[in-house]
Amino acid sequence: MKGLLETVIRGLGNGSVYALLALGFVIIYKATRVISFAQPALMLAGAVAVSYLAEVTGFYGAVLLAALLIAGVALLIERVAIRPMVGRPVFVVAIITLGIDVVVRVVVNAFIGTDVRQMGDPWGFGQVSIGPLVVQQRWLAMLAVTAVLVALLFAFFRYTKYGLAMRAAAFDQETALAQGVSVGMVFALSWGLAGFLAAIAGMFVGTGQGIEQMTWIIALKALPAIIVGGLDSLGGAVIGGLVVGVVESLFQSYQGEYAPWLGQNFAVVTPYVVMLVVLLVRPYGLFGTREVERV
Amino acid sequence: MTEVKSAADTTVPDIPTGRSRRVRGRPLLYTSYAQDMALLDTPAKRISTGLLVVLAFSLSVLLADRSLEVLAGAYVLAIGAIGLNIVTGYAGQVSLGHAFFVAIGAYTAAALSGPPGGDTIGYGVAEIWIWLPAAGLVAAAAGVLVAPLATRLRGLYLAIVTLGLVFLGEHVFKEWQSLTGGPGVGREAAVPRLFGYRLNEDGPLGTKEQVLYLLMLVLLVAFAVAARNLARSRVGRAFAAIRDRDIAAEVMGVPLTRYKVLAFGISSFYAGCAGGLLYTISGYVEPGSFSLLMSVQFIAMVLIGGVATVSGAVAGALFISLLQPLTRALPSLVPVISADTTQTPNVFQVETVLYGLLIVLFLVFEPRGLFGLWVRARNYWKTWPFSY
Repeated sequence: MKGLLETVIRGLGNGSVYALLALGFVIIYKATRVISFAQPALMLAGAVAVSYLAEVTGFYGAVLLAALLIAGVALLIERVAIRPMVGRPVFVVAIITLGIDVVVRVVVNAFIGTDVRQMGDPWGFGQVSIGPLVVQQRWLAMLAVTAVLVALLFAFFRYTKYGLAMRAAAFDQETALAQGVSVGMVFALSWGLAGFLAAIAGMFVGTGQGIEQMTWIIALKALPAIIVGGLDSLGGAVIGGLVVGVVESLFQSYQGEYAPWLGQNFAVVTPYVVMLVVLLVRPYGLFGTREVERV
Repeated sequence: MTEVKSAADTTVPDIPTGRSRRVRGRPLLYTSYAQDMALLDTPAKRISTGLLVVLAFSLSVLLADRSLEVLAGAYVLAIGAIGLNIVTGYAGQVSLGHAFFVAIGAYTAAALSGPPGGDTIGYGVAEIWIWLPAAGLVAAAAGVLVAPLATRLRGLYLAIVTLGLVFLGEHVFKEWQSLTGGPGVGREAAVPRLFGYRLNEDGPLGTKEQVLYLLMLVLLVAFAVAARNLARSRVGRAFAAIRDRDIAAEVMGVPLTRYKVLAFGISSFYAGCAGGLLYTISGYVEPGSFSLLMSVQFIAMVLIGGVATVSGAVAGALFISLLQPLTRALPSLVPVISADTTQTPNVFQVETVLYGLLIVLFLVFEPRGLFGLWVRARNYWKTWPFSY
């Protein structure tokens, strides 16, 4: 029981990182109807920025600066490559983000080099005991920070003028435009927010084990998370991220014992299995809106 | 088409059919439906295609072995790209899982032709006319198995599910060591043998590279013609209808599920054949190579070449394959770029950046790809000097 709870907490920690990334995907999707495959590159860039800045400004300053920096990069990408494509098929724009991802990752990899870069974070592999449970501090930090960010984000969408504008544009772009909402601003804001969240997620991915060139693969696990939650549901993204994280963590701990025939490292692909199972039952995810088509 | 023909024969005898009734001196005047639907419908196309095929065959003696090897690989990738173009370009179902089907083809071929009783599964059937269709069929079966999931999903949901397929496939192939040899180890690829004659060794027909080049060229021409024929048939028109608006297509009487399954099946058949052939050149196949990167490369070929055109897919595959040797030549021209992987910027980085940039630039400026560039050039010269 103790081991199970510790596993679940680790899963929730990792899952909250997936949730942050998934939120970025969903925010961009809701605003522009496009899945941005550039998120992995932005995540990696955020982690690298933290690792360099931490030597200058200390860890917490570095996280804030890096997140703002990556938000700026995301704004730039949106302005240069995405805005000119308004009105083109979504698949075309999605593939453009794929191309951007490849380019940005090469640049970032040049900064990483061949070795592992450390974040300089205060948690490392340090552990803390809550009652009988012994868990790593970083899982708790991930959960707490994500909870705060998600609360802030939902408050932003609920109570601010810009949040309202974004919700309106997500609901119906043309009507929002007619009501005086600058849809271009909404696009930019969505990319900026996604970049910000990706950078924070990248920092958390790098805590403890550090980051290397292949770390970007982790960001792709947010894709099953958004599919599980439903592409256009912010709450679904958070829940999807946590579900994916917990399932992965459970398989990591118990699959070797109970289902060794699945092979080593099966946990790495469990997010995709979860996704397939959910899609077989609900083609639009757990909380996604079913599309109603008119011809 | 046959229906039209027979209807014309029985009811309206005045409408001429067949190719024979061309009016002399009027090459663009079509007097029958068959002429209008012909693959090569103008004399210019017939001549240029003929010259291109002759040139492609004569390259086997004109070029050095090293270049022939690159081109042979490019032709195989072109077969795979045509396959992806069938499902993504013609039928409009975005698939990021092409690498998975390529892998299935590669391992089916390798397992069939591998020596029995070795470290990895092998049945000792090295005849290419057995293992090539088998590789295609097994991959097609996998495509048909996946398709029911695809018929329930649309657009980006489908793209992500097929992306998941690549990761699951990669895991299976890394774990199934008796088939694949395991990551980092790999296994011997399929051996092309035709009626007892080994095609990947120097022999009376020419060097190893020359024979392989000719084999790939012949197969590419066959697959390309088949795809063009498919595209102009009833099936191809159904695919296009589904791509343009699936619900409208269903209303018009196109059975969606059947044609989506068919599109995935045919596309996977092409992918499987490409997979079986691809590694005969290097003679070695490693499970790590069937990653998301490979899928993205196929997508890049289709997009850079031209969506929903066979010649575009071939051009895209040639373009992407030739990018690598071209960037390898860069260090001697641009001294800033290093050939050493530990330095920045090096050729591998330049190559990867070029991939990404080319995809973005083509989609922003010429969404029809290389084929679109060709159409533009052709239209310019057609009306020259009165083009405006």
